[in-house]
Amino acid sequence: MTALLSLRGVQTNIGRYHILHGVEFDVAEGGLTMLLGRNGAGKTTTLRTIMGMWRAAAGEIRFDGRDITHLATPDIARLGIAYVPESMAIFADLTVQENLILAARSGPPDAKRLDWIFSRFEALKRFWTLPAGFLSGGQKQMLAVARAIIEPRRLLLIDEPTKGLAPAIIANMIDAFRELKDGQSTLLVVEQNFAFARQLGDAVAVMDDGKVAHQGGMAAFAADSGLQQHLLGLGMDTHQ
Amino acid sequence: MKRDWLPLLLIPALMIGALPLIGSPASWVTLTVAGLAMGLMIFIMASGLTLTFGLMDVLNFGHGAFIAVGAFVAASVMLALAPWMTADSIWLNLAAIGPAVLAAMVVSGVLGLGFERVIVRPVYGQHLKQILVTTGGLIVAEQLLKVIWGPDQITLSRPAALRGAFLFGDIAIEKYRVLAVVVGLVVFAALALTLNRTRLGLLIRAGVENGEMVEALGYRIRRLFVGVFVVGSALAGLGGAMWGLYQETVTAAIGAQVAVLVFIVIIIGGLGSVGGCFVGALLVGLTANYIGFLAPKVALGSNILLMAMILLWRPQGLYPVAKR
Amino acid sequence: MLRSILSDDLPRSRWLALALVAILVGLAVAPFLFPGAKSLNVAAKICVFIVLAASFDLLLGYTGIVSFAHTMFFGIGAYGVAISLTRMGAGWDAVAVGVVAGLVVAIVLATVIGLFSLRVRTIFFAMITLAVASAFAILASQLSDLTGGEDGLNYRLPAALRASFSFGDTLFGVRLNGRLLDYYLVYAASLVLILVLLRVVNSPFGSVLMAIRENPFRAEAIGYRTVVYRTIASCIAAATAALAGALLALWSSQTNPDTTLSFDIMVDILLMVVIGGMGTMYGAVIGAVLLVFAQNYLQDLLAIANKALAGVPLLANLFHPDRWLLWLGVAFILCVYFFPAGIVGRLRQKR
Repeated sequence: MTALLSLRGVQTNIGRYHILHGVEFDVAEGGLTMLLGRNGAGKTTTLRTIMGMWRAAAGEIRFDGRDITHLATPDIARLGIAYVPESMAIFADLTVQENLILAARSGPPDAKRLDWIFSRFEALKRFWTLPAGFLSGGQKQMLAVARAIIEPRRLLLIDEPTKGLAPAIIANMIDAFRELKDGQSTLLVVEQNFAFARQLGDAVAVMDDGKVAHQGGMAAFAADSGLQQHLLGLGMDTHQ
Repeated sequence: MKRDWLPLLLIPALMIGALPLIGSPASWVTLTVAGLAMGLMIFIMASGLTLTFGLMDVLNFGHGAFIAVGAFVAASVMLALAPWMTADSIWLNLAAIGPAVLAAMVVSGVLGLGFERVIVRPVYGQHLKQILVTTGGLIVAEQLLKVIWGPDQITLSRPAALRGAFLFGDIAIEKYRVLAVVVGLVVFAALALTLNRTRLGLLIRAGVENGEMVEALGYRIRRLFVGVFVVGSALAGLGGAMWGLYQETVTAAIGAQVAVLVFIVIIIGGLGSVGGCFVGALLVGLTANYIGFLAPKVALGSNILLMAMILLWRPQGLYPVAKR
Repeated sequence: MLRSILSDDLPRSRWLALALVAILVGLAVAPFLFPGAKSLNVAAKICVFIVLAASFDLLLGYTGIVSFAHTMFFGIGAYGVAISLTRMGAGWDAVAVGVVAGLVVAIVLATVIGLFSLRVRTIFFAMITLAVASAFAILASQLSDLTGGEDGLNYRLPAALRASFSFGDTLFGVRLNGRLLDYYLVYAASLVLILVLLRVVNSPFGSVLMAIRENPFRAEAIGYRTVVYRTIASCIAAATAALAGALLALWSSQTNPDTTLSFDIMVDILLMVVIGGMGTMYGAVIGAVLLVFAQNYLQDLLAIANKALAGVPLLANLFHPDRWLLWLGVAFILCVYFFPAGIVGRLRQKR
């Protein structure tokens, strides 16, 4: 498998603070790569930098062989990259329907795909015409993910999809991500919930202090509890 | 859909509350129509400003320049078409007013495009500089108006068809005010339809809430913003033209004067909210006319009082816009 | 000694120091160097506007908030003195009452506006102050019983400040009369107020203000109540502006909306501070001198250009003597873009 996305020496500053100091890793095409790490390691900043929402001060980001480091956010999105921020950033004033209409850039949402999304996230169907601001936290999370997958995208960047979700919904989320992967999408998922990450991830990149400290297969990483302890610290499993 | 009706109810409440104070129903009707006309003209001028603020967090303190330009351009065209303006045919009158208003909108819109490019764009995201530079833009624009049209005020007179009043018994309703109300409602309906029923409107509403996420969905929000800025400027020009015809005089200071009302309206409405802007404009127009009748000396102070009371009730304005 | 008078805030540029000394000395000897009513009037106006602009700089440059109500406080100070002189007669007791009343009203109003709107955003505050100030200006011209309406008030100054008062013969050919005394009263008061403002911005309080300007969230996180600090700053600025207004009223023996409350004056102050250099105090001094000069003498220059271009239709209008504000407006915009620290910033860079 070739790398769909690769970061080389990426540095990002927010104001006067240096958050990323030379991030390097690859995301293999067609796989699900988990981006792990302690709080404050720079995972969210990495996703935002890929999307062009923070500007990389140095280094290079390549998507499908093309240098996207200096592209504007909308142009990056138009290459087929979707982003689910940790804050979900759903449009509270717009209905669920309107949120999804907007996310389907190329026209009205495809009925079959919509049915599939409803089968995974039933609440969205139920509250179809409700302003999204009235949804519960978990439902907002579903909407945020649905918005990213309403049309096929080549790469999905998802920041903590399981945060605050009930276990039953997490199970649905896992199914959805598996099916996306089968449908030729590539995923890069930031996660705190290691149980979830281990079930789903093919590959793993672990960040520490603004750098990637480890990259490899998920199976090997899941088996090496010493490495986990060293890179993620204790309590990863108990987190949520 | 759950809607917040309370602010909207303020309008009838204000109208009914004013009736016993004013006493005479005839005066009340006249004042109410005057208030609605004034409010809707202000709404036309303010709507673009509140949207650009919501969309890009840009508040253009030079917005008054577009109002003034609209008034001057319309005045020039109408003076050039004076024979039609004075003709005793409503069609000829409208044939003069139509192009005048159109020219006002086009010139203000084009000016808005330039203003966005030269004055606003270099200072995105820097509020202090934004306020300073756009104020500077207003100063320069006001001076340029004097360069082009001369320092003296221009006197306009409304065409015969729009002078005088409709009479219903002892109730008199000025014709021009009726026209202003109609135009204002048409603009409001057009804006509301665009915002609620079109994809473009969805984009604008989403952008007001979270522009960054709209970009992450692949939309170039800057273009959208320029578009809204230009439309907002053109509407300011339209409002300015109407205002000039209403006052029957046009001066370079008209922009700065009306801009104060516009600011009050968008503060009351909630920065970024078109619906709030509409309610706020009507409240301001009605209050100004009622108080102007009851206690003329404190008429403009009444708007400040209105603003203070509304902000005490809802510190973010009538319809606060959900933000990030 | 000099250091402590200037609160350790030295000009830090040879040219700036030179300019400041020239202004200080020039204004001190102005009555003797440039005798005549007009030039004395210009000199006194410069003194008043230096104070007014410097107090605005405390807000704009040091606290990072834009208020469009600064002339309102200026007007309150001026009308305080004017009204009391009109009502109580031309005595010093009336002046004292007027100054105190103006200060109280200014501070109360600044507190109310501040607490009301400073907790929100810069833009909000700017809009609210604009609305309040314009309402106040209209109110002042409406309440003609108290304020004299559009015409304003004409009143007699205390005897010692009138031209008829004499305290000696002549010195270097200048009559030693009440006007001279009045001028030096304005001069000395302005000097003291500037030094006080310098002290304020260089105090620990001033450093907190600048910290808030740089990053309000961080300042709040460290434990400074930003609303309180900003409100206090805006009270100090309002009080100083009111004193400047009182000085103007004491100088000109007439007070009207055009000279104290109008938006034009607000624009002037904005230009002074930005062109001179925000957040430097000295910038306000330079800017005020420059602008008052421009108002009084740039017109003459433009008149020459206007005459040269007499044949060309639009261009001639562009250089019409009354269009001096156009050129300053352009300078203002260029300053905000390219020289945010204004003239003083440029001078300091060169050092």
